[in-house]
Amino acid sequence: MADAEPLSSILDSAAGVLLVGGALLSLAAAVGLVRFPDALSRLHAATKPQILGLVLVVVALALSQRSWSALLLLTPVIVLQMLTAPISAHMVGRAGYRTGDFDASTLVVDELAADVADAGRSDLPGSAEPTDRATRRSPRLDASAEPSGEA
Amino acid sequence: MSTLVIVASSILAIAAVVALWRVIRGPSIVDRVIGSDVLLTTLILVVGTEMVATGHTRTIPLMVVLAATALLGTVAVARFVTRPEGTATNADASTPASSRPDETEKGMD
Repeated sequence: MADAEPLSSILDSAAGVLLVGGALLSLAAAVGLVRFPDALSRLHAATKPQILGLVLVVVALALSQRSWSALLLLTPVIVLQMLTAPISAHMVGRAGYRTGDFDASTLVVDELAADVADAGRSDLPGSAEPTDRATRRSPRLDASAEPSGEA
Repeated sequence: MSTLVIVASSILAIAAVVALWRVIRGPSIVDRVIGSDVLLTTLILVVGTEMVATGHTRTIPLMVVLAATALLGTVAVARFVTRPEGTATNADASTPASSRPDETEKGMD
């Protein structure tokens, strides 16, 4: 490891392996887009390469460049993606729930249905079946329901 | 390493085509948004892979900009697709104004 020649070859090989890993995550997301039945489960597959795949490719790029300036430029890519990916996933999931683009029979628990029924929104999915709020909602859900419902 | 780069590029190409297929076919607009999100993520990965393959760093700013603005289109579409067309407007019109929640409560669901 002391001399530069084998080290650079090892780093280049590691960069290639990381690239293939990131590409495989992207392919997994694409396969999930095709195979999964509804929008919400497709969203689950689609969010995988957004962080981990990008981290793998950025680390591969840093390993192949091996310079501090490249690392300095690459850090904001990860940080910005980590900041924005949850927002877009939240908004898409919200839209997917509101448009009823999911199979309600596959849900184990629908914690949002009680809030929808509580708000009197008959036009939204989940409001059809009556829910027992006293048993379904814990204090923790009650506390988190207020800020998370913000438009 | 060039073999691995070629393999990764091929996988990314397949993923992009499949995501594009979902954008074209997707039954609802939410599916199309998710597909375009995957397509954009794949594009970012392709830009990074190309930099590894050719050994330059000129397109790192492109990666930064794409990562920062990827949410704009998604959030815009998701914000305006929220109300189901037809059913929501009809239900709102038939609901008495007194029983309708006000605008701030409408956003809570």
